Amino acid sequence: MMQYVTEMFSYPFMVRALVVGILLSLCAALLGVSLVLKRYSMIGDGLSHVGFGALAVASALNLAPLTVAIPVVILASFVLLRLNESGKMKGDAATAVFSTGALAVGVMVVSMSTGMNSDLNSYLFGSILAMSKEDVAISVVLAAAVLVLYVFFYNKLFAVTFDETFARATGVRTGLYNSLLAVLTAIVVVLGMRMMGALLISSLIVFPALTSMRLFQSYRSVIFSSVVLAVVSFVVGMSISFWYGTPAGASIVVVDMIFFCVSSLAAWVKER
Amino acid sequence: MSCIKCEHVTFSYENQVVVSDLSFQVQAGDYLCIIGENGTGKSTLMKGLLGLKKPAAGVITLGEGIRQNEVGYVPQQTENQKDFPASVWEVVLSGCLNSRGILPGFGAKEKRLAEEKLKLLGIYDLKNKSFRDLSGGQRQRALLARSLCAAKKLILLDEPTTGLDPLATEEFYHLLLELNKKHQITVIMVSHAIQEALEHADHILYLSQESHFFGTTENFMDSEAGRKFLGRMEE
Repeated sequence: MMQYVTEMFSYPFMVRALVVGILLSLCAALLGVSLVLKRYSMIGDGLSHVGFGALAVASALNLAPLTVAIPVVILASFVLLRLNESGKMKGDAATAVFSTGALAVGVMVVSMSTGMNSDLNSYLFGSILAMSKEDVAISVVLAAAVLVLYVFFYNKLFAVTFDETFARATGVRTGLYNSLLAVLTAIVVVLGMRMMGALLISSLIVFPALTSMRLFQSYRSVIFSSVVLAVVSFVVGMSISFWYGTPAGASIVVVDMIFFCVSSLAAWVKER
Repeated sequence: MSCIKCEHVTFSYENQVVVSDLSFQVQAGDYLCIIGENGTGKSTLMKGLLGLKKPAAGVITLGEGIRQNEVGYVPQQTENQKDFPASVWEVVLSGCLNSRGILPGFGAKEKRLAEEKLKLLGIYDLKNKSFRDLSGGQRQRALLARSLCAAKKLILLDEPTTGLDPLATEEFYHLLLELNKKHQITVIMVSHAIQEALEHADHILYLSQESHFFGTTENFMDSEAGRKFLGRMEE
């Protein structure tokens, strides 16, 4: 056992993947509680598809992937949240349009430039080899920013999540906090999708929150539990992936899913 | 002393006028019910009074010593809140945000205030319960406690008894009346429940497409609009 663990840490790419992954899972879980409760669960999924399109275009044009993808996804995230508010096109429909549209553009670009190869596979399903030193640095900065902002604005974010109209009436600048949520979500999605894959990244956002909501009664305990669960599932999933050679993203989601099923069962038993 | 004064207020959405040329004045300690059929702009007016929607014409002035963020608001319960994991304490405390400004967290002052309001509404022992496990009536009390944390003198309620059973509704009205009479809190309520509205409120604002009525409840019963409206309700 110990031997396995030391072996895992002896690969620099594994250490990088673990650092980035733990930080991103933590951020995704924090944001996820608000997103799930605001009924934006599918936004992560929509954004990751947009991110996929942006990454494909960036690599075809030989541009730095993150510098293209992050602004594009932030923009998409704003548009999706705005559409939800204005109600001209329903939020879920808008998300579906964005997500399939961007996916299609991405696939077109990839197939025209490099052909359907392993690149596409790693975009869609993620690769732990994708993490560079630069990604580690960005993730540390991002995670620190999310944590500080979250703690500082904790009560306001709670108010905006629980009851936006009331928050607005008592002078909370809800637009500002919604935008903050949108920007942070977009960044987490873009950074996370290369490891987790465009198809699986949204699981980091929804699973820990949903599992915790089954188990805990107060907002604060749900937040704490989500963060802990997210980090634990990530580390367990990653280890499974390392030992059995399974794809990292899928392994993590499977662990998340097991936790979710167990907690649902526990909640059901408790109600009886 | 005037609490809220509306002078020739008009609200519109994209050139569609919803409320036109409305004037009324609420005095401190009044209990006003806003009634009217669907689509006559009750909710829009509510938004206007909360400062969430600017009138297209006219002015709304708040009375001396009431700032816009000190108007307590009890919203219609949303679908989202039915499974929201938050303790009653967290919900009620979130009403104190307006006195914190940019500062994070809550201080001893806010905690005392929240405790006081919980006790006032008789839900102190539910403090640590989850909001989603409460009954409809208890939930409404928690939301009322939250609005009292934000407000000093004036609360606005948007159809607060929708979805409550008759007993809980009765209790809720009783509580409101007590707050109004005993604690001199000005109450403005949008309501569908006409009977209760007429029973408890001392002033009525009746909105309709043709003309508005504003006056005491007694005058409303005698007015042409009132008789017409009540007649229609009985049918």
